[in-house]
Amino acid sequence: MSVKQGLLALLATEPMYGARLRAEFESRTGGTWPLNVGQVYTTLARLERDGLVEAIGEDAEGRISYRLTRTGRAEVAMWWASPVTRETTPRDELVIKLALAVTVDGVDVNRVVQTQRTATLRHLQDLTRLKQRATTHHEAAADGDGQVDLAWLLVLENLIYAGEAEVRWLDHVEARLVREANRPRKSADGIPTTVQDGTTDSATRMVSNALKGGTR
Amino acid sequence: MSNAPSNDVILRLDNVTRVHGTDGTAVRALAGVSLDVRAGELVAVMGPSGSGKSTLLNLAGGLDAATSGQVIIEGQSIGTLKGDALAKLRRRRVGFVFQDFNLIPSLTAVENVALPLELDGQRVGKARRRAIDALSMVGVQDLADRYPDKMSGGQQQRVAIARALVGDRRLVLADEPTGALDSHTGEGVLRVLRERCDAGAAGLLVTHEARHAAWADRVVFLRDGVVVDSTGTPDTAEALLEPTA
Ligand SMILES: Nc1ncnc2c1ncn2[C@@H]1O[C@H](COP(=O)(O)OP(=O)(O)O)[C@@H](O)[C@H]1O
Ligand SMILES: [Mg+2]
Repeated sequence: MSVKQGLLALLATEPMYGARLRAEFESRTGGTWPLNVGQVYTTLARLERDGLVEAIGEDAEGRISYRLTRTGRAEVAMWWASPVTRETTPRDELVIKLALAVTVDGVDVNRVVQTQRTATLRHLQDLTRLKQRATTHHEAAADGDGQVDLAWLLVLENLIYAGEAEVRWLDHVEARLVREANRPRKSADGIPTTVQDGTTDSATRMVSNALKGGTR
Repeated sequence: MSNAPSNDVILRLDNVTRVHGTDGTAVRALAGVSLDVRAGELVAVMGPSGSGKSTLLNLAGGLDAATSGQVIIEGQSIGTLKGDALAKLRRRRVGFVFQDFNLIPSLTAVENVALPLELDGQRVGKARRRAIDALSMVGVQDLADRYPDKMSGGQQQRVAIARALVGDRRLVLADEPTGALDSHTGEGVLRVLRERCDAGAAGLLVTHEARHAAWADRVVFLRDGVVVDSTGTPDTAEALLEPTA
């Protein structure tokens, strides 16, 4: 996701100047991705350079509004029509932390898992309270406000499902660690090895599971 | 933890242990669990299968007896109660909600909800009025005269919650109440449970779904019959440091 696509999508609704774009972006995403004005203006400058937007003059207060060009409109249509790609490697600190935890001596992995799960649950509790409030507001809201509430609800639910997925993955890690601890281990030459050697491939498996999408 | 609960503690488990079976085959399902649930509070219990969640819930509702420790409901230690007195306390004070709703198929919604009151000796007319009130609280008063097989899963579960809360019962114990429901319907059930707790009930909710546990004020984690953590007790970095010799 880029700020660029977000701004283009907003400009498709009507021409706007920078500060207003920023306000619209934030209210529709519930402040989940705060932008600074500088970021908005540099992005607009780049979009103008690339021929995706054009300035349509100043208003009385000297604010320059932008509108989409034909190419810009095509770009927006393309964005709505394409799936979001997940090609970039997730650099999830939690995955890396757990992979390290199972390979570094003297770390209580179960404790790391439990601490994370508790924290994620607390985060889910906060999100759920926000969602309750937003749902009530949404049910009471007039049309225009209602759409913004709905957008915010969808963002919240995305975060809730992501948190839940993380907890499920942690449950899975915990169960795997228990199985691993109970498993008799053999090396390639048939001689039993210490558990410390075995943990290396469980770390590898954990990371590769995560990269396959286990954390989403 | 003192043995005299403050006024708003509806449920207290004090160092409760439950061992199933004897000697060689003994399984310690719960080991020294202490927990308070106050009026207005919803507490979720999470943990892997076999960690003792259902055992905890059954003990909390007097369906099972502790091997040691005390279960105290509204100030009354239920271990000291004899059969009849315990059954009465359960009927008057505690409501259960299960995964499979457990409504009686040959009774309508209102009859299902009124049943515990009638069993407790209330007159039919009065029991029915209170049952209608309970159905209204969970938003299904229109279904009063319907039989369970003519209701959706979510509607049946709302009726089950009404039954759990009818009369003066302020302790509701729910074991995987959303298990068989789709996510939207399951959430509706949690919303109702949350509202009832906000209105003064005390709730204990067993669930394996984090998304559902998150509706609670506090989440308690069980593993092998032991409480290993709770969202009510933030870790301090201090506590993690090994004591220096
Ligand atoms: N009536 C019983 N007799 C013997 N063992 C039991 C009985 N009920 C539960 N257990 C054992 O106690 C442990 C906890 O069970 P339970 O409370 O049902 O766990 P959960 O609800 O978390 O899956 C399990 O090991 C289970 O096999
Ligand atoms: Mg169970």
